[in-house]
This record gives sequence, structure tokens and C-alpha cells, in this order.
Amino acid sequence: MLDNLTQRLAKVVKTLRGQARLTEDNIQEMLREVRMALLEADVALPVVKDFIARVKEKAVGQEVIGSLTPGQALVGVVHRELADLMGGQAEGLNLATQPPAIILMSGLQGAGKTTTTAKLGKWLKERQKKKVLTVSCDVYRPAAIEQLKTVSAQAGVEFFPSAAGQKPAAIAAAALDFAKKHYFDVLFVDTAGRLAIDEAMMAEIKELHALLNPVECLFVVDAMLGQDAVNTAKAFNEALPLTGVILTKLDGDARGGAALSVRHVTGKPLKFAGVGEKLNGIEEFHPERMAARILGMGDILGLVEEAQRGVDQEKAQEFVKKMKSGKGFDFNDFKDQIAQMRKMGGISGLLDKLPAQFAGMAQQAGAGADERAIRRIEGIINSMTPTERAKPELIKASRKRRIATGAGVQVQEVNRLLNQFEQTQKMMKQFSKGGMAKMMRNMKGMLPGMR
Amino acid sequence: MFGFLKKKDEAAAAAAPAGSWTQRLKAGLAKTRSTLNTPLGELFSRAKIDDELLEELETTLLMADCGVDATTWLLDELKAQVKRDKLETPAQLRQALIELMERLLAPLEQPLDVTTHKPFVVMIAGINGAGKTTSIGKLAHHFHDEGRSVLFAAGDTFRAAAREQLAEWGRRNDVTVIAQESGDPAAVVFDAIGAAKARGIDIMLADTAGRLPTQLHLMEEIAKVRRVIQKADPTAPHEVLLVLDANIGQNAVQQVKAFDKAIGVTGLVVTKLDGTAKGGVLAAIARQCPKPVRYIGVGEGIEDLQPFRVKEFVAALFDT
Repeated sequence: MLDNLTQRLAKVVKTLRGQARLTEDNIQEMLREVRMALLEADVALPVVKDFIARVKEKAVGQEVIGSLTPGQALVGVVHRELADLMGGQAEGLNLATQPPAIILMSGLQGAGKTTTTAKLGKWLKERQKKKVLTVSCDVYRPAAIEQLKTVSAQAGVEFFPSAAGQKPAAIAAAALDFAKKHYFDVLFVDTAGRLAIDEAMMAEIKELHALLNPVECLFVVDAMLGQDAVNTAKAFNEALPLTGVILTKLDGDARGGAALSVRHVTGKPLKFAGVGEKLNGIEEFHPERMAARILGMGDILGLVEEAQRGVDQEKAQEFVKKMKSGKGFDFNDFKDQIAQMRKMGGISGLLDKLPAQFAGMAQQAGAGADERAIRRIEGIINSMTPTERAKPELIKASRKRRIATGAGVQVQEVNRLLNQFEQTQKMMKQFSKGGMAKMMRNMKGMLPGMR
Repeated sequence: MFGFLKKKDEAAAAAAPAGSWTQRLKAGLAKTRSTLNTPLGELFSRAKIDDELLEELETTLLMADCGVDATTWLLDELKAQVKRDKLETPAQLRQALIELMERLLAPLEQPLDVTTHKPFVVMIAGINGAGKTTSIGKLAHHFHDEGRSVLFAAGDTFRAAAREQLAEWGRRNDVTVIAQESGDPAAVVFDAIGAAKARGIDIMLADTAGRLPTQLHLMEEIAKVRRVIQKADPTAPHEVLLVLDANIGQNAVQQVKAFDKAIGVTGLVVTKLDGTAKGGVLAAIARQCPKPVRYIGVGEGIEDLQPFRVKEFVAALFDT
């Protein structure tokens, strides 16, 4: 992962310690670092230039307060500006019109229009109890219509059938007619992916827009887009009166500078973010978090959410029950815990999400090497029979030898694991004996600050 | 209506005389050129080389998605060359830049040799919406033209209608598609290898579902597909192609690294180069994790897939 901007700035400003305010002179070098960081995050260059000018204006004269270093102060300004730029009027979908409210989806090939259509349909249906109809005007890509039909069914919204031989305008007109007759609240019109320079295709979507007069005209854009995002966004914005932008594939590891580029060029609000392939993988756009992400400041909230997504709720409940009852914590549970952690991307995956300072600290604490140790532990557990896993007290010398051979480790390692396990078990027992309060009391004793 | 018009255009383009490869690529990269070239043309028509020129050159390269690292490298080399060779005119600088770019990208030019095995098993991977299935359709057409028989394995069992999409490409190319109702992608591919052997097929193309490298369970799934292919044929897969969208920025580098770690990428297909995107990210890839670029996609037509040739790519980029 790229260096955290704060750290990079820290390197630059070492010499600046003790300066009480940011001035024209002392931020020049730092701004260059900011520029690089933004470029690496795929923010388009013209946007970067504008942005830097804006930051400079705001930053000069800022006091460096308290324990902050000039670098930290500047990052604060940058972060605030970024969030301001991308946020502001973030709002949901505007459906305030005589029904059906028509929503036109546009974007490049492979941006995720069809999937987003289904996600939004499901969202509106579940959150706002809307009656939703979808229709596909993509008569070009093979099986595009089929895809919308399938995802619509999965989302539980109705689908208006169309065929590849039809004209997009005719399909849209028929769907609109159907939606009116059957009192649908919302009509989603999915279109074929198109390049902004493809004049014939752009004329086609303009025609669709004129015909439908949609209340929302959404631009679906891949968060991974590079420098070209400005050109694309500009062209779509000029051709269509866009009302909002949806960022997709935000669950990837791209820094998502395209968000800033698109917002800057179109001036249209970023309304939603697509996260994940499942149809519930859509959420309202959070400018704060996006700003932190672009700057590589770590995404703690994202980490929390990932943890929630990764953890199997039922299993977790079961585990809690087991813990409370105070018995039956065995190697199977131990293994489940390890598997759960692995699901969340293992230790190194978690480290990546942490802000750079923490990640560095954790690395020093030896978390990196732990990954291998954990794999070894898993190997040892896998070499046990189901009975042994459920009743670890069965494991005596000859069983230990067998397990060690099976896992390809020394007997000592098995011993160590058994010891560790016993300790964990003891702790669990303490938990269950209402020991929670007692433990907390003990801890308070150790930490004088807590009361 | 427009689709029809477009088809005709494509047909006309296809009918153009042989040797039109450069033209086609140039047409595909026309916008690339206009973005790269307007400033470049202006730049190089100046009287002498100064810092301002270099600065603007940096801007241009960055705008082409070359990335900070590759751009810095190119400029440093360029500056060194200016000093060493006493380059004086912007025209010389331009030539030097072209040569540098060619030298940087040269290791990526390695055409795919599909004659080494039979069936030659090609596994296709990439993120969602990169253009995997479309590229497979185009690849089949390309191999057909070379007189080879092709078989598809519909390994995308996840996305809605992915199978139908591949089946449609199969119909257009007259290629058999091995598919199963839902099920495990590895199983489908395993079956398909058996079928390819039984039918004496030359090339088998295995589609897979799009996945982001952050989805670890999916990355493990695709690693499994590869392992299963090895079980069906110990020498396979003979080629692991990663499909990259040219519109994507610096994350493309991350994608190459992540997929390489999971399945050992042996080649790249760069798609959607007909848009306004520059494909400059190839420079970043060449710097950080070089993999041969086997093909590039320069249009929506079935024949708009071409082998990658550095000289022509760079020439089209800088319009010589």
C-alpha cells in the first residue's frame, strides 16, 4: 500500500518544526507531495491543479495548533476540502414527480449499469416501498436484456421484456406506457454502455432522454477510472442533463480519485456507491470516507463494515451462547475463529485498512509473521480427529505424536498449542462465571486512567 | 437503427485492404492521439528545450495514465539523454521520447504462440466489466481466421446471463460452448477440457466470472479453477490471460499483481482502447510488473482485436 500522505508530508516538513503557521513558502514542497498523492489516486490532473490552488488559498495563514505538525495541519485542510468538494448536496433519489418517476441509467461499457439498476430497484422497493419496473434498452450486447431480467427477478422488481431486434426508443415508449397503465411508482431504463466519442450512440441516448423526460438521469461510473474520467464525464455531462452520479466497484482497492474528477467536472452530486456483487451492495455516498480513502488515510469505518459483512451472524450468536454457558469451547470453535479472520482478509488484509501509523506499529509487533503461525495452528487442528477436537483432554503422548506427524511439526508445537488452548478455555470460563465484571475490575486496577 | 449504421461502418472497415492494421489502430487511438498530441504537437514546435517544456511533457504523460513512477522515470531518462547527447531541438526530444517509450514497452511485445499444445488451454480472468466475454468472442474469431478450432468453457457461473452472452458469441463464431446449469466454475472447465480432448479441438478458451482482487474468497475460487485445470491436463493452463480495461487508472497495476499472485498471469489483453483513454498505464505496468501484452481491443466489432505491436502502438500514440 502507498504511503500515507501524512507520513510523506512528515518527511518533507521535518525542517519546518516549530513554525506556527502555514505560509506560502513552507507549504510549496508539501503541496507537491499532495499533488503526487492525488495523482497516484487517479485524480485527473486538471482537477488536481484546481484543487491544489484551492487548498493553498485556504491553508496559507492557518495556524498550526497545539501538538500538530505543519504536515498534519495541511492534511487536515486537504481532507476537509476534499470532503467538502465531494459532499454538499448529497441526497437520495428524487422521485418527486407524477408517477412513474423515470430513472435513466447511462455510462461506459462495463461500468456496472445493469447491476446498479437492480440494486437501486431493490433499495427503493425495500426502503421506500416503491413499485418498481425495469426495462433494458441495450439491444447491442449479447444477453444484456437477459441479464437485467435475471437480476430484476433476484431483486424482486418487475421487468418489462424487450428484444434485441427492437429499437431502444420503441422499447422505452412501450415500457413507459406499461408503467403508466399499471401504476408503477418508478421506471428504471437501463441503456447500452457507450463511449462518449461515439456520436451515433450518444445521439441515441439523447433521443431516449427527450422521449422519456426522466426525473433522474444517472451517470454510472467505475471508481477505478483513470485520468480519462474527466473527458468521459465532461462528454456525458454535455450530452445529457445528468442529475447524479453513482460510483461502482468501490469494494475494490482502487483509491477512487475518479470520484473527485467526476464531481469536479460535472458538478453533480455523488448519490450512491456500489460495494460488492450482491444486490444489497449499494449504499449512500459518504464524502468523508471517500476523502480519507483518496488520501490513503485508511478506512476504519470500512473495516468495521467489512467485519460485519464477513462475520456469520448466526455462528457468532452461537459462539456467544457457548461462551456464556462456559463449556464446550473446543478446537472446532478455535478453528471457526481462525476461518472467520481469514474471511476478512487475514491479518495482512486488516493491516492494509488501518491508517499507516497503526499499520506500522502492528507490523513491528510482529503481526506479519503471525500469519504463518496461524496457518500452522490451523494445520495442527486439521490433523486432529473430530473427537479430539471436541475433547482436547483426550490428547496424550501417542496422539500428540500422530498429530505432529500429520501437521508436519514438532511435538513441542502441539504442546504449545494445547497450552494456549487451555489458557483460552480458562479465560472463557471466567467470562461465563459472571466474571466479566470481575475482569473489568481487575483491568481498572491495572489502568489507573479508567474509572 | 444506429446499431445498423454502425454495423455497416464496421463491415466497411473490415473490408479495407490488408495491411490496414496500423490504420485501424490509429483510428482506434485517434482520440488518444488528439489528447496526447495536441499539447505534444504544440510542445515540439517550440524553439528550444526548457524546463517549461519538460514540465508540460510531464503533464501530458500523467494525463495519459502513465502514473507517477513511469512518468518520473521517463523524464529522468529523457533529461539524462538531453545532456548526454546534447539534444537541442524539441524534434530530437520527441524522437528520444518515442524511442524511450518503445524501449520501455518492448519487453511486453511477445505474441501468443498457440501451437505448442493441443488443446491449448487459455484461462481468462479479470475484474467485473473489463470485457472478458467480449474479448473471448473476438479471440475466437481471430483463431478461426487462422484456421483453428475453438471451444468455449462457460466458467462464469455467477453473473446473470453470462452464459447466454457467451452462447451468443459461440453462435456468431460457430463455436461449441460447454456450460452447466449453475454449478462450480472449476467443474465446468474440467468438463470442457475433457470435451476439447475428445473432439480434437485446437484451442480452449475458459471464461471466468469477473472479480475484484479484494474479494478474497473469489480469488481463492479462481485459484482453484487453475488447480483443477492442472488436474485435467498437467501442462495446462498454457496461457493465463488477464483482461484489463484501458480506462482504468493506476489500479491496473494492482490488478496485475493480485491476479498474478493468485493464478500466475502469463499475458494481458487490454480492452476499450478505442475510447478516449490512453492506455498509458501500460508504461506503469512495464515498470512495475511487466507481463506480455498479447492483444489489444480497439473497437466493438468482432474483428477489433489485434496483436500488440510496440512500434505501432507508440507510433499511433505519438502519431508519426
